[in-house]
Amino acid sequence: MLQSLVHVCLAGISTGMFIWLVASGLTLIFGVLRVLNFAHGSFYMLGAYVCFTVLTHMGNNFWLGLVFGPLVVAAVGYAMERFLLRYVYHLELPYQLLLTFAMVLIFDDVVKIIWGAGSTGSPSVPGLSGSVSILGRNFPVYNLFIIAVGPLVALGLYGLVEKTWWGRIVRSAASDREMASAIGIKVPILYTAVFMFGAWLSAMGGALAVPYVGLITPGMGEAIIIEAFVVVVIGGLGSLRGAFLGSLVIGLLNSFGTRFIPMLDMFLIFILMAVVLLWRPQGFFAEADA
Amino acid sequence: MATAGIFCRGGRMNRHWTYLLLAICVVALVIIPLFAGPFILYIAMRVMILAIFALGYNLLLGRTGLLSFGHAAFYAAGGYGLALSMIHIYPHPLLGIFVGIAAATLLALLIGFFSVRHTEIYFAMLTLAFGMMVFSLMWNWRSVTGGDDGLYGITRSSISLGLFSIPIRKQFQYYFVVVFFFLLSVLLIYRIYRSPFGLVLAGIRENHVRTEFAGLAVKTYRLGAFVVSGAFAGLAGALAVLLESNITPFAAHWGRSAEPVLVSLIGGLQTFSGPLVGSIVFVVLREVVERFTHNWMFWFGVILLAIIMGFRGGIVGSTADILKRHSRTS
Repeated sequence: MLQSLVHVCLAGISTGMFIWLVASGLTLIFGVLRVLNFAHGSFYMLGAYVCFTVLTHMGNNFWLGLVFGPLVVAAVGYAMERFLLRYVYHLELPYQLLLTFAMVLIFDDVVKIIWGAGSTGSPSVPGLSGSVSILGRNFPVYNLFIIAVGPLVALGLYGLVEKTWWGRIVRSAASDREMASAIGIKVPILYTAVFMFGAWLSAMGGALAVPYVGLITPGMGEAIIIEAFVVVVIGGLGSLRGAFLGSLVIGLLNSFGTRFIPMLDMFLIFILMAVVLLWRPQGFFAEADA
Repeated sequence: MATAGIFCRGGRMNRHWTYLLLAICVVALVIIPLFAGPFILYIAMRVMILAIFALGYNLLLGRTGLLSFGHAAFYAAGGYGLALSMIHIYPHPLLGIFVGIAAATLLALLIGFFSVRHTEIYFAMLTLAFGMMVFSLMWNWRSVTGGDDGLYGITRSSISLGLFSIPIRKQFQYYFVVVFFFLLSVLLIYRIYRSPFGLVLAGIRENHVRTEFAGLAVKTYRLGAFVVSGAFAGLAGALAVLLESNITPFAAHWGRSAEPVLVSLIGGLQTFSGPLVGSIVFVVLREVVERFTHNWMFWFGVILLAIIMGFRGGIVGSTADILKRHSRTS
């Protein structure tokens, strides 16, 4: 019983970390740009595909793919913000949401055109393949690696946003765009940078998913974006800390739900989302001052 | 009287011409089966069903200013309501349609009751959550909904009206049922737009604080718009099941919820006939594009981008603007 509990927990946490990488960029972009980006799941998907292509062209070296894949996606993010999104900030909500939705449609088909509709192969990662025994049952080493990466990214983000000069500028622009621009911050450049960074984070998540068998499909973006939405809502729109805790909750709820009450696995997540929206719309884990 | 302004705002066009245009449209709808094959009829029915869905939906989005991402739940409720009543209660299409609309209305009342507490992005997220709840319920409740297989083999039995019964099994027979409900819906929704209720909704969109100050219960009106749009979504879902003879949980998926939003946007959010024109463009364009390429979504995304970046009035709104400018200069 204990063994199975621990394993369900570990599986849940590692799923949660993928959601976290997508949700962190999503909530950062919402916090600063005030745009909820439907296409954020597409960045996750693009990250995976580009990483896969890079690594197959570079002697099957996963780490090169992990470095270069997300960078390419950040460039895509640059183009999307600079040439499209920038022109709809002043418009009503439906236009902003639908612009990002249009990008989902375009990215989905572009991926199908370039890489085909099937799922790609999955490379093994040198040094992280195989599994270790935890309480007498095997657990993949790579999953442990993912479980370590998530909190590291969270720590890095926390340091970046809370402790650096750059982070202070981001926070000032998030709380008052006009005031920030009045004191000389170049808000448009900042917006582009934040959007690119968010895209990069999501693509990192996608690239990290490449070694999983059968996970890289054209539908992977749409599957994760809804979970990331749930996480961002539960954590409070714009709150990074909330998004991290929310990702853990959704990851665990997912794995426990599938394990113990398969009838209600998806249902539970959306109930949680609705309850949080009705009861604490500022987010369940939101800081008091947020 | 009621239909005079359907195609033009503010009676700019001569009223007689408008009547004539409307009459031509209705006659064209009725005589299409004389010329068209089953494929054209099928496309025409899909256009009309989507138009019912989108016209009702735009009462909420265009008129009241609320963006719902969960209306597929009501569409699916209509479909499952019809399918279940045809299978378990009695195979009468009108009863099925009634049950479908009733199910969608009740569900909209329940979901709307909670959802209208928020607006903007929180409303969109809340309706998304409720919609996906309905989706997962239909997906998992295998014994009733058939799970991911859905319900299938729903045949169009004759509409018996006591003394006589109308067969609708054949494509062109069912076509007239769809035309009937389509025209009825257009008329009803047009009346709602012009009713005091519809005007209050527009007031809420423009300035909900002032509307509140005027002594109107804004939330109740929002709920009203939500339920009415849910009911029309239910009607559309029920008619779609009779057309396709099956329904799967994906009818409730959020991807389906995006359809009426897109259709309204293509046609023009701030116009009555926008969703109607948008539905024609959406269905026909899709058929045409899919003839030439498998990448329908790509081209559709590009069209959406063009509308958002350049023609935010949609087809109807932009055309009206051009006509207005033209008539002013000449």
